[in-house]
Amino acid sequence: MAMQFELVSPERRLASREVRAVRIPGADGDLTAMEGHSPVITSLRPGILTIESDGGEESFAVTGGFAEIGPEGTTVLAERALSTTDVDQATFDDWVADAHRQRQEAPEDGVDAAVKLVEDMVAMGGHIGLDARQPNL
Amino acid sequence: MPNLKDLKNRIESVKSTRKITKAMQMVAAAKLRRAQDAAESARPYAERFDAVLSSLAAAVGDSDSAPRLLAGTGSDKTHLLVVMTAERGLCGGFNGNIAKRARQDADRLMGEGKTVKILTVGKKGRETLRRTHGDHFVAHVDLTDVKRVGYGDASGIAADVLKRFDAGEFDVATIYFSRFESVISQVPTAQQIIPFQVPEGADAGALYDYEPSEEGILADLLPRGVATAIFAALLENGASEQGARMSAMDNATRNAGDMIDDLTVEYNRSRQAVITNELIEIISGAEAL
Repeated sequence: MAMQFELVSPERRLASREVRAVRIPGADGDLTAMEGHSPVITSLRPGILTIESDGGEESFAVTGGFAEIGPEGTTVLAERALSTTDVDQATFDDWVADAHRQRQEAPEDGVDAAVKLVEDMVAMGGHIGLDARQPNL
Repeated sequence: MPNLKDLKNRIESVKSTRKITKAMQMVAAAKLRRAQDAAESARPYAERFDAVLSSLAAAVGDSDSAPRLLAGTGSDKTHLLVVMTAERGLCGGFNGNIAKRARQDADRLMGEGKTVKILTVGKKGRETLRRTHGDHFVAHVDLTDVKRVGYGDASGIAADVLKRFDAGEFDVATIYFSRFESVISQVPTAQQIIPFQVPEGADAGALYDYEPSEEGILADLLPRGVATAIFAALLENGASEQGARMSAMDNATRNAGDMIDDLTVEYNRSRQAVITNELIEIISGAEAL
């Protein structure tokens, strides 16, 4: 029961291997993809993506993008992705600041989405054990 | 006849020029490798992204609810040309070719009565276009301080372009860059990014479920598509620039070598002439005694 999994960011390919299951932070909630999953394309929210393979679990922090899930394989195209062990406070601060900036620049009808983006980002930091330093607004 | 001292100085100066061009060529070769690697590693994302976006766009394309980034504004009156060039010169025809391509298109569009706006990325293209099309400039992106072009730079440019599109400043956007074919061949290319063009033969492939919804995802993907296209173009440009600089500097180094050879022959000839002259003077002086 293995399927092909690929995680790519615009700058490089982070992972390409056989996995048992992938937990994906979908826009409408987490979902787990395994072999034989019906074809789905979902957008991502900032969160932790976990892959389970014979070698154990591995997690990545992703900040949006989308995933293409099919019966034979799953491809995640993340806007930004890093192994959770590589995310340090400075990187995370950057991401949070970026989310805050997007919220400030968000058009009238996009404010809700932008606020959710910030919250997801902060929640993701909580999972990795990083504190979001909230800028003074 | 130039005197010996002058010739010697020229030879020295050409020699030091050759040292510089040789060094620049080697630096460009090293940077080219890195630029090619960067372009290579960005390819999987761009390919998957295009495939998904194309099939989505083909599926949604004809409906009335299609986003404006896909369907367009319904007019093609105002064109935005995003001209991407290098920040530095000494790379052969690289900057000039891109600027020329953009200038031709700008003139053609103006001939058709369209309005043209130009956004420049990179100093060199701006300098070249300023003389003829300076009054069409709307903005400039400076990448002088950027050592390695990242996705962040591309999405910054994309955000600016999209903001202008939302404000109704233009109807059609085209990017100009140089596609890297090989070290000796870089092709100036124009690519329309807004509205998104569904490639020929893209089928709807509608066997996917979409979460949240087809339209929702498409609305999310299209702006990213602009950033992805710009990022890909920046990387191609980066490789092309180094390739062009490498071959330009290779030529320069070779020319300097030829010049040194010629000058050395001339120098030796002059020196021999001086010696012969002195001998004749001595001999004729001795004969006169």
